[in-house]
Amino acid sequence: MVENRPLLNVITHLILIVGVLIVAFPVYIAVIAATHGPLALSSGAMPMLPGGELINNIVSVVTVERRGVAPFWLMTWNSLLMAVIITVGKIAISIISAYAIVYFRFPGRQLVFWLIFITLMLPVEVRIIPTFKVVADLGMLNSYAGLTIPLIASATATFLFRQFFMTVPDELMEAARVDGAGPIKFFRDILLPLSRTNIAALSVILFIYGWIQYLWPMLVTTDPKYYTLMMGVKRMAASNGDGEPQWNLIMAAVVLAMLPPVLIVIFMQRLFVKGLVETEK
Amino acid sequence: METKRTTFPNSPLPYILVAPQLIITLIFFIWPAGQAVKSSFEREDPFGLSTTFVGLLHYSRLFADPDYLAAIGRTAVFALAVTIISMGLALILAACVNRLIRSGTAYSTMLLWPYAVSPVVAGILWWFIFNSSTGILPYVLSYFGVDWNHQLNGNQAMILIIIAASWKQISYNFLFFLAGLQSVPQSLSEAAAIDSAGPWKRFWTIVFPLLSPTTFFLMIVNLNYTMFDTFGIVDATTAGGPNQATNTLVYKVYSDGYIGLNIGSSSAQSVVLMLFVIGLTIIQFRYVERRVQY
Repeated sequence: MVENRPLLNVITHLILIVGVLIVAFPVYIAVIAATHGPLALSSGAMPMLPGGELINNIVSVVTVERRGVAPFWLMTWNSLLMAVIITVGKIAISIISAYAIVYFRFPGRQLVFWLIFITLMLPVEVRIIPTFKVVADLGMLNSYAGLTIPLIASATATFLFRQFFMTVPDELMEAARVDGAGPIKFFRDILLPLSRTNIAALSVILFIYGWIQYLWPMLVTTDPKYYTLMMGVKRMAASNGDGEPQWNLIMAAVVLAMLPPVLIVIFMQRLFVKGLVETEK
Repeated sequence: METKRTTFPNSPLPYILVAPQLIITLIFFIWPAGQAVKSSFEREDPFGLSTTFVGLLHYSRLFADPDYLAAIGRTAVFALAVTIISMGLALILAACVNRLIRSGTAYSTMLLWPYAVSPVVAGILWWFIFNSSTGILPYVLSYFGVDWNHQLNGNQAMILIIIAASWKQISYNFLFFLAGLQSVPQSLSEAAAIDSAGPWKRFWTIVFPLLSPTTFFLMIVNLNYTMFDTFGIVDATTAGGPNQATNTLVYKVYSDGYIGLNIGSSSAQSVVLMLFVIGLTIIQFRYVERRVQY
């Protein structure tokens, strides 16, 4: 702070409190809705304070099977599996390709780099139909492979590791070579341990990325067995053909579905910030 | 492109290392993108038995189609509104947090978490809040004489997706603005303060100009976000309706191609969007890479 201005300090806090309230507002409403019985939400005058039905609603969401969606535990498992496979897969293939690009000078290296770079320009949203077709032709619809493998290629993760490897002192590798370490030993015993923080930070970002996927799972799964939580809550919210949707249950499901990544951001804030800032460099 | 001063001797190893990434990229990115380009020049007969080359027909139809031109305008309004609102609010909040010494981190935590909320969940949340029969905001708005029903009123539907998309993006912009603000040297502000510039003047004449690389970077990222990552928000709130009022370009690719099965037109739309992302990416890497060093 440059100078002390008490009035400005008060205004700063006021603005931030209002900001935090605005940001929290929709989730507050969702949490409140999840704590009431169905009747309290049927009129516009929604209660603003929590009720006592939270446990009942959660039990109902988790245990009662609903038409058109998979059991809640299965969707949670699918989301978790999808997020973990995408995280591990992206990191694994990105770190080894970055290693090849930085520590080897092989013919075609430039081409490989550009092919990976191009993926940045091809988000799944602009190639929905042909990608769906490829996955269908390979028989990967309704499978965990179809849910995850097409999302595993990653230019950003590759660039992050490339950036990091460039900052690793050359002497480390020269010393390792003098001591007779081959490329695999050097990677495993020196580079991988050095990359630990980067891997951790990236994992946080990629786990969130995998958990919140919606369009892709919706395209490649028709079998409820492979539905993810994001699809499940959307289907619950949309199934209001017969009467008013059960908002208390939908909101309980929504709160449960967004809890894991939100908790990760809150409790691993430093890694999260590092991961997000570094991947954008 | 640089490598290390010394590299490992050549062997099949580097090819094995890049193979997984490359195979997935070729199969699931480049090949489908090529297919999209190819089928945007072709017409398939109704039974899917044969295809004929039709040149630029799909494109000329597309750009003669008032629906598509309207979708471009609509997407531009949506993208600009979300970019301006979420960046503006984020900048104010980041500037505030940057002034604080002790409580800054606590506020940051409470502003960052919406990043982890899925777009589709953000859509459901705001849909619930604005729901015309049970939502809380229409109830409040009715006291001000506003009759809220985004299922009938196209403008209100657009406002709804703008609010939902901006809300979701504030945390991202906040984080980058805060990082940018923290890298502006204190000494500059201190020098200006000695020359009796007040906080307001210091911000606009010193801090904000130094922040311009961050601002520019965020503008590109936000345009990208509103164009592509808001699919879930649109799908969960309005599904493009009412009467196309929120049918953005990305949602249209999906609804024309995946639901309407109009492959040729959908492919042509995909290619137009691809060109757009390519343009954005080139701008980002040409101009943003050379970040100003303070």
